[in-house]
Amino acid sequence: MPKILSKEKLSENISKIVVEAPHVAKATKPGQFIVVVPTENAERIPLTIADFDKKQGTITIIFQIVGATTRILNSLKEGDNIAHILGPLGVPSHMEKFGTVVVIGGGVGIAEIYPVVKSLKETGNEVITIIGARCKELLIYESELRTQSAELKTTTDDGSSGRKGFVSDELKDIINSGKKIDRVIVVGPVPMMRVCCDVTKPLAIKTMVSLNTLMLDATGMCGICRVTVGGETKFACVEGPEFDGHQVDFGELASRLSAYKNKEKEADNHVCRLLKNG
Amino acid sequence: MGERSVVERITDFQEVPLGYTLEEAISEAKRCIQCKNPQCVKGCPVEIDIPGFLKYLALGNFESAIKKIKETNSLPAVCGRVCPQEEQCELKCVLGVKGEPVGIGNLERFLADWERAENRKQKAESGEKKKDKIAVVGSGPAGLTCAGDLARLGYQITVFESLHVTGGVLTYGIPEFRLPKKIVEMEIDYIKSLGVEIKTDMLIGNVYTIEELLKEYKAVFIGSGAGLPKFMDIPGENFDGVYSANEYLFRVNMMKAWKFPEYLTPIKIGKKVAVVGGGNVAMDAARVSLRLGAEEVCIIYRRTKNEMPARKEEVHRAEEEGIIFKNLTLPIAYHADEKGWVKDAKCIQMELGEPDSSGRRRPVPIEGSNFKIPVETVIVAIGNSPNPLIPHRTPNLKTERWGGVIITNEGATSISGVFAGGDIVRGAATVISAMGDGKRAAKAIHKMLSA
Repeated sequence: MPKILSKEKLSENISKIVVEAPHVAKATKPGQFIVVVPTENAERIPLTIADFDKKQGTITIIFQIVGATTRILNSLKEGDNIAHILGPLGVPSHMEKFGTVVVIGGGVGIAEIYPVVKSLKETGNEVITIIGARCKELLIYESELRTQSAELKTTTDDGSSGRKGFVSDELKDIINSGKKIDRVIVVGPVPMMRVCCDVTKPLAIKTMVSLNTLMLDATGMCGICRVTVGGETKFACVEGPEFDGHQVDFGELASRLSAYKNKEKEADNHVCRLLKNG
Repeated sequence: MGERSVVERITDFQEVPLGYTLEEAISEAKRCIQCKNPQCVKGCPVEIDIPGFLKYLALGNFESAIKKIKETNSLPAVCGRVCPQEEQCELKCVLGVKGEPVGIGNLERFLADWERAENRKQKAESGEKKKDKIAVVGSGPAGLTCAGDLARLGYQITVFESLHVTGGVLTYGIPEFRLPKKIVEMEIDYIKSLGVEIKTDMLIGNVYTIEELLKEYKAVFIGSGAGLPKFMDIPGENFDGVYSANEYLFRVNMMKAWKFPEYLTPIKIGKKVAVVGGGNVAMDAARVSLRLGAEEVCIIYRRTKNEMPARKEEVHRAEEEGIIFKNLTLPIAYHADEKGWVKDAKCIQMELGEPDSSGRRRPVPIEGSNFKIPVETVIVAIGNSPNPLIPHRTPNLKTERWGGVIITNEGATSISGVFAGGDIVRGAATVISAMGDGKRAAKAIHKMLSA
């Protein structure tokens, strides 16, 4: 079973773990994800691979506690085993020398852009990174991303760090400055990805988004990850997670993501009680 | 053979048939007339010596009887439950010409259950250990059969399973009340006792490619099973509350959503449920819905009961349990409430026209016959395509346009040393045909490595 080698609390609700999983690490490319089942009774949840080390045989996962299964995952400590990890999954980020690429990360999506930014830089791109969160405490991975980016811009909703505002404001400024942008990549909450796409669509700047749909098997079997792209149904687990943001039906995506909200709350309360009672 | 009453069984996930008693089993086995040229065996995809095991059973020698079955079939408790015997061994039984054929399936089940109850684990007999290593992809019926047969011949077998639990469709697809998961586990334990190693959480294609496996293994069998669910491409299929049967059954069977929140994967079931399709999977989804507390469950099928691909037994049980059959009905759109949750299915009435390529009369819509069925849950059970992952990542593996891996009569693919069988080849077929494929490939692999 994959062992947790180290664990770090990045903010109140976000944790980072490094896991021993040599066969996953050896095959991983930027933009791919894994499915985690922390204990036998838990859900199968998709999480992006935030970093990987082929030599050490490790992968890094950064996750936010949003429900029962992430709460259980967060209750595991250094040295504990994770019941199951499956991966790498999904189609890797397409890498080539695009020119200037703006990579945008929001919330826990910030950590998810790290391997993409790194790989874009290695491929010879000029990478401008924009990261945004609600407040300073949630603005993670800033120093790591700064070393890999030609420029790093930060925004917070409350102005506690960087610009007070949204990542899309920074994106607009870069565009308005007359800088030629060849590609935009956005990873984060649905409303954020949608707004960024609204900014780039009129200018026809190719914008890729990485979708965090619900998943079960995540191997092309159950179909819950279906999403409408350009009027066609696509399966995010095997055809994604990256899609052309200008073609994605974000309204449908948001609705499908919330399909189980009440049940998820119930499960989370159940787990909270269990964890409290030890 | 006894069955649990409808009132009792629709409230839980326990099995419906009770199985033969000892006396029933012996007297049923005695009905076999021991044909010199047994047709029943020809009807069995895994070639069980049926008269052979029935002879022992009629004499009350259960141990020899089950041993006889296991010479060719590693999964008797599964086959005894889910094989369509009425189209196979029992269809060919000469007693069936004038009366009832011998209840071969139920007798197979009886013996497997007897062995389990007696806890007489068969001592696994395998041939002389060979050095050759063989990789099997997928631990469903095709993979398990191939692995079991090759292990018995002495080969070293590693099975790679992508999910976190073994068994493939036996685990995620077929509900507990038709195939208890304890039984699947015990059958897999038997395969493991033959020396087969099973690695879960290993997605071949992604973790290792087929080419990489061929460097370490002398042969590879691909039994990676079903893939993307089919939808009808009608408006509203992506609304919340519209499930594919794969998703619905995966949540319930594999993730045990029926035990929520002890198991954390949720399922949402409406009071009114519509299942689209007429196969065994549709019957399973409908009967699962009842057990999850739905008040009204209907099956929407575009032809009539006569054309339904589901086993008669399954259709009968569904009817007994109160599932409503809306035949000659085709959904053409779904509508949702303001929250995006499905609220009704717009359907059109059909009539049967001329026979189509499948030989069944083609359903034709009746103009102007549109009507709405109020629903809170829709389950689309119209089949699935073969799993796309391995074909996508294996450039030299030839496939049909619809995705099925192309094989020879011996189960060999376009890549030397690579064999395939089950739903990855057939699209969506039965457990036993997958097992037959696994067996055929095992023979071909043995032949190749013995040459």
